[in-house]
Amino acid sequence: MKINVKVNGTAHSHDVEPRTLLVHYLRDTLRLTGTHVGCDTSGCGACTIHLDGKAVKSCTLLAVQADGCEVTTIEGLATNGNLHPLQEGFHQEHGLQCGFCTPGMIMTAADLLKHNPKPSEAEIRHALEGNICRCTGYHNIVKSIQYASEKM
Amino acid sequence: MTATKYIGKSIKRVEDKRFITGKANYTDDIVLPGMTYGAFVRSPYANAKVKKVDISKAKVMPGVIAIYTGADVAAVNGVPCGWQVNFKNGATMKEPKHPLLVADRTKHVGDPVAFVIAESRAEAKDAAEAVTVDFEKLSCVTDPAEAVKPGAPLVHDDVPNNICFDWELGNPKSEVDAAMSKASHVTTLEFTNQRLVPNAMEPRSYIGSYDPINDKYTLYTSTQNPHLIRLLMCAFVLGLPEHKVRVVGPDVGGGFGSKIYHYTEEALVTWCSNKIGRPIKWTAERTESFLLDAHGRDHRTKAEMGFDKDGKIVALRVKTHANLGAYLSTFASCVPTYLHGTLLQGLYTTPKINVDVTGVFTHTNAVDAYRGAGRPEATYILERLLDLGALEMGKDPAELRQMNFIPPFDGVKQPGYQTQVALQYDSGNYEGVLKKGLEAFNYKDFRKRQKEAAKSGKILGVGISTYIEACGIAPSAVVGSLGARAGLYEVGQVRVQPTGKVSVYTGSHSHGQGHETTFSQLVADRLGIAMEDVEIIHGDSESVAFGMGTYGSRSLAVGGSAIVKSIDKIIEKGKKIAAHKLEASADDIDFADGRFTIKGTSKSLGFGDIALTAYVPHVYPKDLEPGLDFSSFYDPANFTYPFGCHIAEVEIDTETGKVTLRRFVAVDDVGTVINPMIVEGQIHGGVAQGVGQALFEGTIYDEEGNLTNPSFMDYCMPRADDLPMFETGSQVTPCPHNPIGAKGAGEAGCIGSTPAVVNAVIDALWSAGKKVKDIHMPLTPERVWSALQ
Repeated sequence: MKINVKVNGTAHSHDVEPRTLLVHYLRDTLRLTGTHVGCDTSGCGACTIHLDGKAVKSCTLLAVQADGCEVTTIEGLATNGNLHPLQEGFHQEHGLQCGFCTPGMIMTAADLLKHNPKPSEAEIRHALEGNICRCTGYHNIVKSIQYASEKM
Repeated sequence: MTATKYIGKSIKRVEDKRFITGKANYTDDIVLPGMTYGAFVRSPYANAKVKKVDISKAKVMPGVIAIYTGADVAAVNGVPCGWQVNFKNGATMKEPKHPLLVADRTKHVGDPVAFVIAESRAEAKDAAEAVTVDFEKLSCVTDPAEAVKPGAPLVHDDVPNNICFDWELGNPKSEVDAAMSKASHVTTLEFTNQRLVPNAMEPRSYIGSYDPINDKYTLYTSTQNPHLIRLLMCAFVLGLPEHKVRVVGPDVGGGFGSKIYHYTEEALVTWCSNKIGRPIKWTAERTESFLLDAHGRDHRTKAEMGFDKDGKIVALRVKTHANLGAYLSTFASCVPTYLHGTLLQGLYTTPKINVDVTGVFTHTNAVDAYRGAGRPEATYILERLLDLGALEMGKDPAELRQMNFIPPFDGVKQPGYQTQVALQYDSGNYEGVLKKGLEAFNYKDFRKRQKEAAKSGKILGVGISTYIEACGIAPSAVVGSLGARAGLYEVGQVRVQPTGKVSVYTGSHSHGQGHETTFSQLVADRLGIAMEDVEIIHGDSESVAFGMGTYGSRSLAVGGSAIVKSIDKIIEKGKKIAAHKLEASADDIDFADGRFTIKGTSKSLGFGDIALTAYVPHVYPKDLEPGLDFSSFYDPANFTYPFGCHIAEVEIDTETGKVTLRRFVAVDDVGTVINPMIVEGQIHGGVAQGVGQALFEGTIYDEEGNLTNPSFMDYCMPRADDLPMFETGSQVTPCPHNPIGAKGAGEAGCIGSTPAVVNAVIDALWSAGKKVKDIHMPLTPERVWSALQ
């Protein structure tokens, strides 16, 4: 099936197998490998992207469902070469270790801050319930998001 | 004296940028020209005869290139075990073959029967589903204590009673029994240290590739130790010449032990790449990670601690059945023995200790090192017994520890402490971390708070755990005498470029630990140059001469020390070059802050000058080679022994039994710290995993041998809203036997935290009048609620 998708501001048009997951379209066809596959049950959140401005798990959508939509991935978050405040926050507060969950964490947090610019610690932790990190114990991820919240 | 610009400072990580911008390079991100994809046909049964494998339908499906079955790899060796443990009678442990694909009988759910290679991932999976296997299902056993009973189903026909080895360590049983019989109080616990799934967030991924022109293989692998994989795969499995095999561990998304081992899939994609003449990628789905990444823990233990009338520990007796799974993973045999029994001295002066371990095969996935590896199990035994003993004897658990502590020793002026269980601790100040922990927690006011909370119906509890671990793995001769089949040194090469910039090649492998930052801090300070002038290279057998990799909290203590050895050689050579140019004796040259100076004068040359001279040796000592590039092997003199004090406060919801972790204080002494931010991060992550074991995680095998919770929907991983902010503190007792003074921080959090949380829940229950000794981990609401009734 033919799909038209705008990804990180660039229009793409591709023929995809109907069963292709959006995450595989992004990774395999567009070679945007910053979006990761960490599970097969939508449980880990490593594949989180923005679809028309909302954080979604790209392993839970078919590529054809993104037809006509705008997608933002971790590669498209920085603007004009400047890191997004969340990217800066994760660096400043040591919010990542192995980095595998990081793109999903940042995309989820970006959605949170859009709707709730000054979240409490509890609100941050609640917002991250769909994203698993095995390295950090979440302590510094919470601080990274608080850092970005201050900066934004 | 060289000034410290970087060491001890929380420098932000230099490797972060590629990870926060989506530009990291994990194995599954790599696409090679002409690459194909693999998918497995796996056994749905724990124990089944493979009567017939029919690939006829699958092999003509679209995109299918080749299908291999057990018969095709029958002549290929299995993957080996790297540590030999002997039976008490001296006989060698049982080592049944672990084949790349099963031909005759599968031994756990997920055991691979066929491997399908196709043009795309989807085509490989479609064809794998079309392979039909005629299985004859047989009965199975999953519990190690059941597996050793007469008549239990056998995992391997030639392993009687499923016993891989039986082993003991410490004082003779008769002496321990005698001491125990004189104790005025004996605390006894019988429990399961449950099986855990490591769950690194990046699933395992491998690409095998063969270049027929140069007869050369390349394996990209999500591993913690590329050189070790190359050695094991070449020498023991495939019989390939090592110089014709390149192994690359690119960015790796967490390991926690699970990516140490040489897995069958690594050897299989490499072997197949030659057969089909194209690269093959296989990436585990999360279900496969749950089923097949080596699991952790899984001990059935009876432990008894005897106290005299004052509370002094007089004896410790431990009997454990350790579940090894169906096959021996790379380090499976040493985890419940030499990494577990040897830690049962803990921080205490216990005079008589005996530990008896039976290693048992069952129809389950392999068990191997998972963060802490044996040491969490040992700490769990000791720290649970101490807190429970205190409750039973009506003593304060902090005071009970204090009176049993080994007194402080620095390993320099005072000798190391010889334990009853084979180790000699390097340096320690155990009462120091307890004191700091109690103060940080405000322990003296806790009982008052607990009583006040009880008035409003809240049940609070406090749990302490003071742990020690042996890491910085490991002195080769020592581990060799204990059965290790490899040396455990590390390699560090420091190449000074002609312009004075420095490339460092380390055999350590970072999969989240931040080596590119920590090692740069170390090198820059030692050479008196800017961190920006240092590059750390790791993870590729083609660029790094050799290495043993990262596990057992060894990177800084062992890998860092190898780098320091090379730096020392550079400075020594630099002094000779400087002496020649300055017309002085090398003995009269000092090196500090990046300058070579004639002692007592202002005549000096900078590091960059010396580097350039080494490569443009026009004015140069006659007897000296040009160049400034040294590689060193560092073999540690001893293990390192970090220790610490963890204190947890919990609240139990009386209506639901839900445990809330309200506070967690961790005071860890990991020796000299290079980057406190990174060390704290390691502690946070370790604590979260340890809390995960206490409250959330655990595999559930049914009686058919099915893992019934093989996904993130079913296996409860700690999430952000399950945990509090952690309160960390530190103490520094340097390691006396390595040049950095570092002990290691990777596993500490995971070792200390689990018993602290469980002790807190037991304390809470006792405060509510429910004198339970144990609740099976994880302490789910249902289990805690039941204990409250």
